[in-house]
Amino acid sequence: MRVNFVLSEVATGLRRNLTMTVAMILTTAISLGLMGTGLLIAGMISDMKEIYYDKVQVSIFLADDVTDEQRAAIDQQLSGSPEVANHIYESKDEAYARFQQQFSQQPELVQNTPPDALPESFRVELVNPERYSVIAAEFPNGQNGVDQVRDEGDFLDRLFSLLNGARNATIAVAVVQALAALLLISNTIQLAAFNRRNETNIMRLVGASRWYTQLPFILEAALAGLIGALLAIGGLVVTKILFVDKTLAGPIRAGIIPPVDWGAIAFISPVIAAAGVGLAAVAAYVTLRLYVRI
Amino acid sequence: MIELQHVTKLYPASSRPALEDVSTEIDKGEFVFLIGSSGSGKSTFLRLLLKEDDPTKGNVIVNGKTLNTMSKWQVPKLRRTIGCVFQDFRLLRNRTVAQNVAFALEVINKPQRTIKRVVPEVLEMVGLEGKANRLPSELSGGEQQRVAIARAFVNRPLVLLADEPTGNLDPETSEGIMLLLERINRTGTTVVMATHDYHIVDSMRRRVIELNGGVLTRDQSRGVYGVGR
Repeated sequence: MRVNFVLSEVATGLRRNLTMTVAMILTTAISLGLMGTGLLIAGMISDMKEIYYDKVQVSIFLADDVTDEQRAAIDQQLSGSPEVANHIYESKDEAYARFQQQFSQQPELVQNTPPDALPESFRVELVNPERYSVIAAEFPNGQNGVDQVRDEGDFLDRLFSLLNGARNATIAVAVVQALAALLLISNTIQLAAFNRRNETNIMRLVGASRWYTQLPFILEAALAGLIGALLAIGGLVVTKILFVDKTLAGPIRAGIIPPVDWGAIAFISPVIAAAGVGLAAVAAYVTLRLYVRI
Repeated sequence: MIELQHVTKLYPASSRPALEDVSTEIDKGEFVFLIGSSGSGKSTFLRLLLKEDDPTKGNVIVNGKTLNTMSKWQVPKLRRTIGCVFQDFRLLRNRTVAQNVAFALEVINKPQRTIKRVVPEVLEMVGLEGKANRLPSELSGGEQQRVAIARAFVNRPLVLLADEPTGNLDPETSEGIMLLLERINRTGTTVVMATHDYHIVDSMRRRVIELNGGVLTRDQSRGVYGVGR
């Protein structure tokens, strides 16, 4: 195959439909960028689940005036309960130490919080996390030295359903954009084929192979897909540097939100590039088969 | 070389067949005029030979290959053995004469060396030496048709199909084109030419196949355009 010939045809094709090509590249880039964002959020969610779900599921906060006997009784009751897989005691000092570490990025907050402001608590891991209400019933709020029982899992569930929703919304928008991108690609290829109908007609008559005739169009679409993918990857990198690493620096260092590391972006970049190139090429091929007589 | 066996072609949009039970045989090296009024089926005849269309009934055989049973990927190979010339020349306007001719070889992957050698040869043969770097718009109609013939012939096809090649040209220019087609025919290439031009048919006295409403009504060697016309 004459590489020069094919490449010059591709370049001519892209230049001739410049506005369509730009539109095609931009929609592809937005679609792929959103797809990448969705994938990154999905990865982040699974990282977060690891961070959170493995930890405490139920916290029993003790009242400030709890007595040693009450504390021992609660400890004993937890040890004896068949619902409890594991439990640990966290004193005021330990709670404060953890607080200091979590909010190390906000020294004013730490300074303004007296060491005894945080309650002591039992952190309880349940055999079955769904059975929170049973534990809550065993330790009524405000009685026997218990201040409050809180289902951390319930909070996490809500948090994760929010994050899952964000991920799904991002991917849904990505899919709609991808549809728009595919239609634009199909349109651009039809236009390109129409512009070059004299050439392709002659190629057909003199016996150029189907591949030879179609390849420039398919490469044209694939190249646009690749440029779109590169823009999308660039967008993700910029988002990481300007938004994630700056605005979310505090919570990330505190371990509340997992960081978006370069590894994750490096991992999804080839996926995005392959998706961009592959979808564009397939769209072009299908268009040529369905609409264009070559 | 070319054989049609009881060929009928029906287009979906029309109730009357474009060709009806046409049988004929054209030997290697023949020069055949295909005549008949507009809509008589001449173009359909040529399209079937190129496998641009398939017959509704019957067989079309070109260069020993039955086109009906030929698979799609073999069609380019068939077309490399057939040259085509049209009334409207069909040149690429943004390419020079030499580039137009070279295009036909480039797209079938001929080596650059070969192209560099044969393009000037064929341009000389059609009488366009010295005009290789002109654009089609800078040429007369007759010269443009010579470029088209050069492009059709450059790959040395076994068959040259010409669909009213003189339809846009004045009589003197047409005569030059006919001399060229004759010369190509003398190299052993079969020429099938659809035409309305009775001057040409009458003066050349070659085989005439006449179609009338899709039916083959006359097949005469050394014929003239029309008896009672």
